[in-house]
Amino acid sequence: MRNLWGFISKYNAFFFFIICFIISITLIIRNNSFQRSGVFNSSNEFVGEAYSRINKVQRYLRLAEVNDSLAKENAFLRKDLKMSHFDDSLVQQSVLDTVSRQQYTYIVARVVNNSIHQKNNYITINRGTRHGILPGMGVICPSGIVGIVKDVSADFATVYSLLHSDTKISASITENQAFGSLVWGEGNSDPRTAVLQDIPNHIQVKIGQHVVTSGYSTLFPEGLPIGRILRTKEKGGESFPEIVVRLDTDFSTLQYVYVIKNLFSAEKEKLEKQSKKDG
Amino acid sequence: MGRTILINIVRFVLLIFIQAFLLKNIGFYNLSIPFPYILFIMLLPFEVPNWLLFLLAMGTGLTVDAFYDTAGLNAAACAVLAFVRIVFINVTVERQGFENEPEPKLGIMGFRWFFIYTVVLTLFHHVTLIFLEAFGFFDVKDILTRVFFSSIFTIFLIVISEFIFFRKKER
Repeated sequence: MRNLWGFISKYNAFFFFIICFIISITLIIRNNSFQRSGVFNSSNEFVGEAYSRINKVQRYLRLAEVNDSLAKENAFLRKDLKMSHFDDSLVQQSVLDTVSRQQYTYIVARVVNNSIHQKNNYITINRGTRHGILPGMGVICPSGIVGIVKDVSADFATVYSLLHSDTKISASITENQAFGSLVWGEGNSDPRTAVLQDIPNHIQVKIGQHVVTSGYSTLFPEGLPIGRILRTKEKGGESFPEIVVRLDTDFSTLQYVYVIKNLFSAEKEKLEKQSKKDG
Repeated sequence: MGRTILINIVRFVLLIFIQAFLLKNIGFYNLSIPFPYILFIMLLPFEVPNWLLFLLAMGTGLTVDAFYDTAGLNAAACAVLAFVRIVFINVTVERQGFENEPEPKLGIMGFRWFFIYTVVLTLFHHVTLIFLEAFGFFDVKDILTRVFFSSIFTIFLIVISEFIFFRKKER
């Protein structure tokens, strides 16, 4: 013990130096956002890289399902091709199309990390700012909707899955045009279902009716399929029943998703902000 | 003793004032940023115990950090500076027998010793400071350029200020 004490007091300068330096470094990392983001960013890149490696294996195992879904989607898209329709016009003119303008474009991305069993689930995709992804964009997959982009790094983006208690998506019922918001969590933690809120009691809701995106938000185009109504439950004393929706999206086998870029969103948001300010 | 403390307090206030209100606004293309406040730590008397030296170094660093909004950066650089100062003085001064001298000043230690002392301490301080600020080795060329030009500026200011307050002590 005396030897140890002698050692420490002999090289006291060095120990003082170590103590002071550690205190300073702690202060730097805690207080300076640049260094903090440096630490967390490099770790994020590392984590993203690790996920994408593991995902390579999983991707291979799910090739068959992905192929099926791609083929299905191809068939669906082929249906809308011009050559699938009977063309009864005789003269074809080349007209500069000023009536329909592109509103939505889609960026394809691969899911590199996904969870469905947490209270708040996130998805990581392998596209980032370099590919034009911004926070707040909608994310869909061939069968339904997936979520909303949360954070973006250069090469990766995290997405609030629909299975996240903060995700709210404006949805409507096709058959009667009633609209509400689709949420998940709060007592319902089944990854195959979600709850449609804010549909008033007087609207007749039947099991099996289709739920689609409403188009009131700028994130998703109108009419994207979300799911079908599985059961309804009237809660006593409340004016909104609880409507449980069976989701079309199978979150457990999610592989490829599309990030939606709304070319008009800035314009719409600006207009709505203006109206809010004036009102 | 009391006089030494008073002189050091005045020196501290003056150097921090100059650093925070004058030199913070001076910089050549972000390449050359002088930090002559380290003169305070360099000129502390020889007989200051190590713990007090580190305490004062951290205090000085944190004070400058408070003005620069860079919590910890200058404190870390000052910790390195204090350690290098102890090692440097251990290596050079005992051998040359200057132990009865009160302060490592230009007028007492001579130009050659003081110049080497300044260069070594400034380089260690600036390398620590600028590398920690960049926090990585992504752009080493740019960092080294900044270390080089900042060090030249700082050394120049320190040596000039020592010549201005030059007092040859007769021994």
